[in-house]
Amino acid sequence: MSIATKADTMSAADPVPGATAEIVAFRPPMRPAMDRIAAAARHTMSVLLPPLIVISLTLFTWQLLCSEPGARLPPPTKVVSDAWDFIVDPFYDNGGVDKGAFWQISKSLGRVGIGFSLAAIVGIALGVLVGQSTWAMRGLDPIFQVLRTIPPLAWLPLSLAGFRDAQPSAIFVIFITSIWPIIINTSVGVRNIPQDYRNVAAVIRLSWWEVFYKITLPATVPYIFTGLRIGIGLSWLAIVAAEMLIGGVGIGFFIWDAWNSSRISDIIVALVYIGIVGFLLDKLIATVGHFVSHGVAAQ
Amino acid sequence: MNQPYLKFEQIGMSFRRGQMETEVLRDVNLHIEQGAFVSMIGHSGCGKSTLLNILGGLLQSTTGEVFLEGKVVDEPGPDRAIVFQNHSLLPWLTVYGNIAIAVDKVFGSRKNKAERHDWVMHNLELVQMAQAKDKRPHEVSGGMKQRVGIARALAMQPKVLLMDEPFGALDALTRAHLQDSVMEIHARLGNTVLMITHDVDEAVLLSDRVVMMTNGPAATIGEILAIELPRPRRRLDLATDPEYARCRAAVLEFLYARHRVPARVAA
Repeated sequence: MSIATKADTMSAADPVPGATAEIVAFRPPMRPAMDRIAAAARHTMSVLLPPLIVISLTLFTWQLLCSEPGARLPPPTKVVSDAWDFIVDPFYDNGGVDKGAFWQISKSLGRVGIGFSLAAIVGIALGVLVGQSTWAMRGLDPIFQVLRTIPPLAWLPLSLAGFRDAQPSAIFVIFITSIWPIIINTSVGVRNIPQDYRNVAAVIRLSWWEVFYKITLPATVPYIFTGLRIGIGLSWLAIVAAEMLIGGVGIGFFIWDAWNSSRISDIIVALVYIGIVGFLLDKLIATVGHFVSHGVAAQ
Repeated sequence: MNQPYLKFEQIGMSFRRGQMETEVLRDVNLHIEQGAFVSMIGHSGCGKSTLLNILGGLLQSTTGEVFLEGKVVDEPGPDRAIVFQNHSLLPWLTVYGNIAIAVDKVFGSRKNKAERHDWVMHNLELVQMAQAKDKRPHEVSGGMKQRVGIARALAMQPKVLLMDEPFGALDALTRAHLQDSVMEIHARLGNTVLMITHDVDEAVLLSDRVVMMTNGPAATIGEILAIELPRPRRRLDLATDPEYARCRAAVLEFLYARHRVPARVAA
């Protein structure tokens, strides 16, 4: 209605009567705003709807399959009601290993943090060495290729024998699991530095150290972060398994403990948490990489 | 006797690969006077890039020596700054940073921070890129990247500016525009320039002398053509200039009549 009124007023003010022209001039500011909102809404729906539908269907099927009496696994509704305390209060602390999800996960994250950081430092250093020196590559690469195929948990008994303590052993397992992709990707990155960059460095006569931190490191950053992403993923995989064996506080042992006390619902909630934390760790490394490489590394 | 500014003396270059030895260059002798703009033209594989890299110090010749101001050239250095064909900008640095990395290294001890900043900006203005100083290489066009590459080389105040097919990867219009910029900069600064090109028009338009290379293997200088066109040269005027046409014809004649790419003989 308001459109017509406005158009009428304008045509009245206009010496040449031409209502169509008035409306044409009037419309554009209105339409795009509406269109934009509609388009944004459509876009949001098209992104959100598919996962929502799939998740609902999955939960529904799970509910159907596990609802009959005698089902071995609890249906979603029972998971939520059983594990309600665990879900709503992540900060409880009843002493011993009976702690909330927040404490369990942060303990595991702490171990991953230390082990992974050490792996990053040592891995990048070794990767640069192997990438730059043919001699180091020939000497070390065969060893790396064999060692990297050893499953994380196979290291645990050895590290327990060496450290005689659960905490450093778990950290060592994280370290030894995540270091290989970091070494390998870093060395590939260093070897793939375009000859052009080296030529530029040669022409302006950068010293060895300047070449390292002004050319080699920045040129290798995207590769390093690929290695770090794979490494953090492997760390998170390994920590759960390692904690099951070493015990104490931590999301891995929490699951094992829950199984021993037949708290299946707690296990399921813990699995969801582990998945979400793993996803966030991956995104965290990707985002840091994106910033550090000024947008060169893929997100 | 007066020593030439830049002298190639009996340059020969062979690459060894296992049992195979390929002779790329043989007996290359060339004198270049200060302030000259010399281009080098020849078919692919005639070793012109190799020759430029020897002058740049990136390759060591097998025989012979290059002398710059009477001193033997045996390593890379900022006095022989190179404009690379694919610009070779460092993608993690801004346009400003790409020039600053060279300026800071070359003039770190001679200029203070403010002077170095002014020098970077001066060179960016020379190639009309000052407004894009905070962009990263992937955010600017190919022509702009090459401008930055030229600015980086000029910022080192080289005794000789080496350009390795600097406009090869650009479209014709951008190329013409950059050629004009290079002519203008050369007129202002009077640098000695050695440029490699595939483009006959480019060679004749820009150069004081065109060095024509014979075909490899064992390529050498076939002929040197002096281009006696007055400067400043204007692209449009030259289109109908008989001297320009004569020079162009001479280069074409050399490249396509006398030194056609030989049919590859199976080894």
